[in-house]
Amino acid sequence: MLAAETQSKRGARVGLFVTCLVDLIRPSVGFAAVKLLEDAGCTVEVPRQTCCGQPAFNSGDRATARAIAEQVIAAFEPYDYVVAPSGSCAGMVKVHYPELFHSDPDWLPRVDRFCAKTFELVSFLIDVLDVTDLAASFFGIVTYHDACSGLRELGIRAQPRRLLGRVKGLNLAEMRDADVCCGFGGTFCVKYPEISNAIVAKKADHIAATGAGTLLAGDLGCLMNMAGKLQRAGYVVRARHVAEVLAGMTDQPAIGESRRAAAKE
Amino acid sequence: MSAPITSTRFKQNAREALADATLQQALKFVEVNFISRRREAAERLPEFEALRDAARDIKDHTLAHLDLYLEAYERRVQAAGGEVHFALTAEEARDIVLAICRQAGAKTVTKGKSMVSEEIGLNAHLAANGVTPIETDLGEYLIQIRGEMPSHIIAPAVHLTKDQIEADFRRVHAHLAPDRSLVEPTTMLTEARNVLRERFLAADVGITGANFLVAETGTSIIVTNEGNGDLTQTLPKVHIVLATIEKLVPTLEDATQLLRVLARSATGQEISVYSTFSTGPRRASDPDGPAEYHVVILDNGRSAMLGGAFQDMLRCIRCGACMNHCPIYHAVGGHAYGWVYPGPMGAVLTPSLIGIEEAGHLPNASTFCGRCEEVCPVRIPLPRMMRAWREREFERHLSPATVRSGLAFWAYFATRPRLYGAATAMAAFALGLIGRLRGRFRWLPLAQGWTRHRDFPAPEGSTFQAQWRRRKR
Repeated sequence: MLAAETQSKRGARVGLFVTCLVDLIRPSVGFAAVKLLEDAGCTVEVPRQTCCGQPAFNSGDRATARAIAEQVIAAFEPYDYVVAPSGSCAGMVKVHYPELFHSDPDWLPRVDRFCAKTFELVSFLIDVLDVTDLAASFFGIVTYHDACSGLRELGIRAQPRRLLGRVKGLNLAEMRDADVCCGFGGTFCVKYPEISNAIVAKKADHIAATGAGTLLAGDLGCLMNMAGKLQRAGYVVRARHVAEVLAGMTDQPAIGESRRAAAKE
Repeated sequence: MSAPITSTRFKQNAREALADATLQQALKFVEVNFISRRREAAERLPEFEALRDAARDIKDHTLAHLDLYLEAYERRVQAAGGEVHFALTAEEARDIVLAICRQAGAKTVTKGKSMVSEEIGLNAHLAANGVTPIETDLGEYLIQIRGEMPSHIIAPAVHLTKDQIEADFRRVHAHLAPDRSLVEPTTMLTEARNVLRERFLAADVGITGANFLVAETGTSIIVTNEGNGDLTQTLPKVHIVLATIEKLVPTLEDATQLLRVLARSATGQEISVYSTFSTGPRRASDPDGPAEYHVVILDNGRSAMLGGAFQDMLRCIRCGACMNHCPIYHAVGGHAYGWVYPGPMGAVLTPSLIGIEEAGHLPNASTFCGRCEEVCPVRIPLPRMMRAWREREFERHLSPATVRSGLAFWAYFATRPRLYGAATAMAAFALGLIGRLRGRFRWLPLAQGWTRHRDFPAPEGSTFQAQWRRRKR
């Protein structure tokens, strides 16, 4: 029964919520997500989209957040599932969209349906599609940072580690305080740059102390923050979205890395 | 005058704290010790999560019927021979305490640890009126001799290193022999105790806070680890309990349930060394105790929180777990928050008590990492309430103009997907082109908050959506 159910899910039509940061800064994460979903038997489509609205929501601008949420819900209505390569954006949808509509009985059923079919990429692969096999290989030591929203809003902790365990050649070295915030916090990092810097400096030290050559995480915002700090601090650690490694798509330079440096590898 | 407020200077305070090497050294204690101790205590108790639910429910129930429980509590205290005084404001509370002290002809008062006393600026008021307050909790004693505020609600002197404490003792305790060792915390405690012993015996009034007020019995409960609270409230002839309205719980059974999560969440102890229950003044059959027992119950803005967006904050039992687990608190310590209550609980409570105009930074200085809510023994949705404060600031146009205009600019595009697609395609192309060689930027206009401290990755050059649509064509 379960196998048949999973089988049908594997034929699902998935709307990829690519997230604004991946769209603008690092499209290769989006293509890695597409590959992982297609390899698992899904049909992937990408409706026109902008952002989940979290910057407005966390800045106290509910009206804008709500307008964007309505736009997202409408755009993704046709799909069986909505999948985002980000715990933060998926958390915004699943946990916070209902707060935006809680006093609106016209919208609530639509919102609830939408939340129920929205997932973060890695947890979708494990919890919904029950993916166990990966064709990927990655030779080296990596360390994994648990981004806060995915971890605490969606309970994503075991899933990425389980899939990373299937990647040939990959060695996971856990860092100290992997579950502690990297100091990104969306607009926080530019509103309180000194505090954000103190937090990410500590994080960079913990990452470097593992001896890993590559840092992985499931959220591009946090990855940009950590990669930028590692680079500024002079640590030779590359940063990649976990989907890139799981999809075996690590030919692109790492986050913030020049082509020349990547070629030298 | 209440406790001085520097919350509007939060950014400056934080900058100074980050540059203070001694403070940074002291703050490591919070990160290393409190977190592991709480985790181990929680893991040792299988029903810990269920107890947290029960604790939340007890407080919710009490807050929903607070008027009834306050009245019931008052009647019980009176029946036990004590007196309850209700104070609407900090000023009223100070005046009531001072009047009781004067009535008792008090020259000195000993004090157990009380954050409410800090909130109302009691020590300064007593001192200005000829009554000398003496803090008897070791941490409070230290910050009193340093003329500071607490930097943590359960560990007021956690911002100090052992070296600083030793130097303060040698400065203030002039009788100390230079070769007297003060290296260990226990030797420091002994030294403080020696000095405080005489003060305990000489005090005319003892003032304590309260962790809980029990409506069923009229009992006030304090938990301490040093035993100073017991001496404070037993030896002088007058005992004043200083508490706020949300300390009420219905029954002794409720109080003991809350005690089970309090110490574990705070210090990782199963129970504090002393849990002291006081009901009224000394009875004829009691071997000791005060002749008078007063409870001053302060509102100071709390009743206005009932029924509103911030009511859940009144569940707080002041364990400090939220700040112990907060990366912002770890970075800047408690004084940076600029008033009595630091960390996530302060970021929600302080604006309610002193106004969002004064405390606007506090709910903004959070990454919303959610670790505070994850450990809160009464499950207060702290990040959600910080966001609620941000909403009020936004509605009232209190958020910075740069943030508002940046947000409006971004929102204009984000609500127009086609325009957004075109604009981001251009941005990705331009930034990708400029940043192609290095792969990242060491400096970017309009993003110096970022690039002052870290590099910014160059976009790959074309947006995902543009590439996707090209492929599908």
